[in-house]
Amino acid sequence: MLEIRNLHVSVDDKPILKGLDLTINAGEVHAIMGPNGSGKSTLSYVLAGRDGYEVTDGTITFDEADLLAMEPHERAAEGVFLAFQYPVEIPGVSNSSFLRTAVNAVRKHRGDKELDAMEFLKLIRAKAKQLGMSDDMMRRAVNVGFSGGEKKRNEILQMAVLGPRLAILDETDSGLDIDALKIVADGVNALRAPNRAMLVITHYQRLLNHIVPDHVHVLAHGRIQRSGGRELAEHLEANGYADFGSAEAA
Amino acid sequence: MATDLATVASPPPATPVERFRLHPRPNSGTGLRWLNDLREAGLDRFGRLGFPPARSEAWKYTSLRALETLPLEPVAASDRLIAPSAYAPLPLPPELNRSRLVFVDGVFDPAQSRTAALPAGVVLAPLRQVLAERSDLAEAHLGRIAEGEGQAFISLNTAFVDDGAVLHIPDGVDLETPVELVFVGHAGDRPLVWHPRILVVAGAGSRATVIEHHAGVGGASYLANGVTELALGRGARLNHYRAQRESLQAHHMAMVTAHLAQDAYYDNFVLSEGAKLSRNQIHCVLNGSGVTCRINGAYMVRGRQHCDTATFIDHAYPHCASREVYKGAIDNQARAVFQGKIMVRPDAQKTDGYQLNRALLLSEHAEIDSKPELEIYADDVKCSHGATAGDLDADCLFYLMARGIDRDSARGLLIGAFLNEAVDEMEHEAARDGFRTLVADWLKGR
Repeated sequence: MLEIRNLHVSVDDKPILKGLDLTINAGEVHAIMGPNGSGKSTLSYVLAGRDGYEVTDGTITFDEADLLAMEPHERAAEGVFLAFQYPVEIPGVSNSSFLRTAVNAVRKHRGDKELDAMEFLKLIRAKAKQLGMSDDMMRRAVNVGFSGGEKKRNEILQMAVLGPRLAILDETDSGLDIDALKIVADGVNALRAPNRAMLVITHYQRLLNHIVPDHVHVLAHGRIQRSGGRELAEHLEANGYADFGSAEAA
Repeated sequence: MATDLATVASPPPATPVERFRLHPRPNSGTGLRWLNDLREAGLDRFGRLGFPPARSEAWKYTSLRALETLPLEPVAASDRLIAPSAYAPLPLPPELNRSRLVFVDGVFDPAQSRTAALPAGVVLAPLRQVLAERSDLAEAHLGRIAEGEGQAFISLNTAFVDDGAVLHIPDGVDLETPVELVFVGHAGDRPLVWHPRILVVAGAGSRATVIEHHAGVGGASYLANGVTELALGRGARLNHYRAQRESLQAHHMAMVTAHLAQDAYYDNFVLSEGAKLSRNQIHCVLNGSGVTCRINGAYMVRGRQHCDTATFIDHAYPHCASREVYKGAIDNQARAVFQGKIMVRPDAQKTDGYQLNRALLLSEHAEIDSKPELEIYADDVKCSHGATAGDLDADCLFYLMARGIDRDSARGLLIGAFLNEAVDEMEHEAARDGFRTLVADWLKGR
């Protein structure tokens, strides 16, 4: 589904990713772990198409299409979803109208009929309830006044409603207490499906106790240094990133 | 004499003052000496002032040179024969439009107006009619609220004051349905000028909502030189809203003066989207304690439009509050001006004043000149002001796009949210919804 080959990315002319290779197939859950500054967030932003991340070499294909040639909204419509580490607050735009606009934009792109207000309400009501999100949170402006946990739940709600093919979770565990982490992880696990892949980016192994990956990769110095199964995450938890030339221990 | 000049082949007058002196005097209120004196004094003052010069502080960022050279003519009887073109009505629910006065090129149009179902004692009528039937009402207030000294456009309006809208609400009357005042500009083949006057006298404890709609039809060039005088009695409550949607070649002057008595509550909102050049000037005089004065607005301009907002809130008594939130979206090479002055006089202790002007610059050639001004002579007050200018937030834009929303729609969503934060200050819910629709319509036209 996703093929990253020899990816080089610079930010402000500073090379961050230096020849990253990664293949993700449908149905798989991959975890990328790495120390701070290794390029984890850069990878997630490059996949989503954020400005300011310059690809100097390499390719990314998504379902045989050139992902790098697409605008961010086209990637989203094609099924790439990034759950943000720091979800953005958007004053003046209500959460429900934002979500409906997004859903209908994606549906339109896919050639599906756009949902009216009633149909949309039906779609989100059950999903919002599963994530413990009140009607009030849907009426409020996007992420404005939300706690850290509420923001992350809102990300997972968007993911559930948009039904992506590839979900990228960028440090979704950061800032969550254990209860919030469980709610978020349950939400993510409910979305695991044979036709859907996930890329879980995290610094700590903790999240991977709840979202169990099929493959684990260590990212350091802008490249994948080692790949393995979930036992690699446990190894990192015990030994830190010192093996990979980082001064920082986990 | 004007008639001589019209027949003799003499060079056209060079200055606006000379040209306006040739305009025929209005014939409404014939025989009212006070009115005649008022007009003469207005013309005299305008003759001394002329159009505000470039160096004047109040017009520092707005050039009137192009307007000065425009050969403006008064509306003639033959112009009135032109059937008024249909204007696009405000998107308001039908029950809000119960009472309406419509003026076309400054002239009252009874065919499009209706004043049904008003409570007893309420006067809602065109100024010409009031001058003929209830001149005492006009005499008590006309020209006594709007300060002509140093105000060229107010003086000019007074010099030619002829028609307009009068609303008089007796003490304690609640005017439940809003009054709509519509001014259609549709001048034809040559630049015309008219001077509409609005007078609202709200008795003690009365309540009312007045919605002004200035609508241009076609692309005609004209000067709508309006003056509004408002007197709110003790504890009166007035919602006063304006949608300015003049022709894109028009010049629009709206000079508002409001006198607010003790415990009065004034909720003003101005949405500016039309006119080539517009001036939204509001002067509020807080004449007693316990007054709440809210003057908010939104402007959205593009092309080469120029939109000037100048406000002055004068706190003279203690325990009053004023709030002012203006937000604007400026695209292409358009330019906006915001000058907001708050005066707190020595006796105005415990004043609570808040002012905010935020502008979105949507192109690199868009421009905002923002000048907040606080003049405080009391020592126990709470006053704050802020001004910002900038582009849309890149993080917000990316977040929306990462959810499948294309760049243009995402920008529209953010601009709308930005402007609606000001629109949401409007206290009348149905009117607010209507104004939100105007914002949405403007965004669709991007």
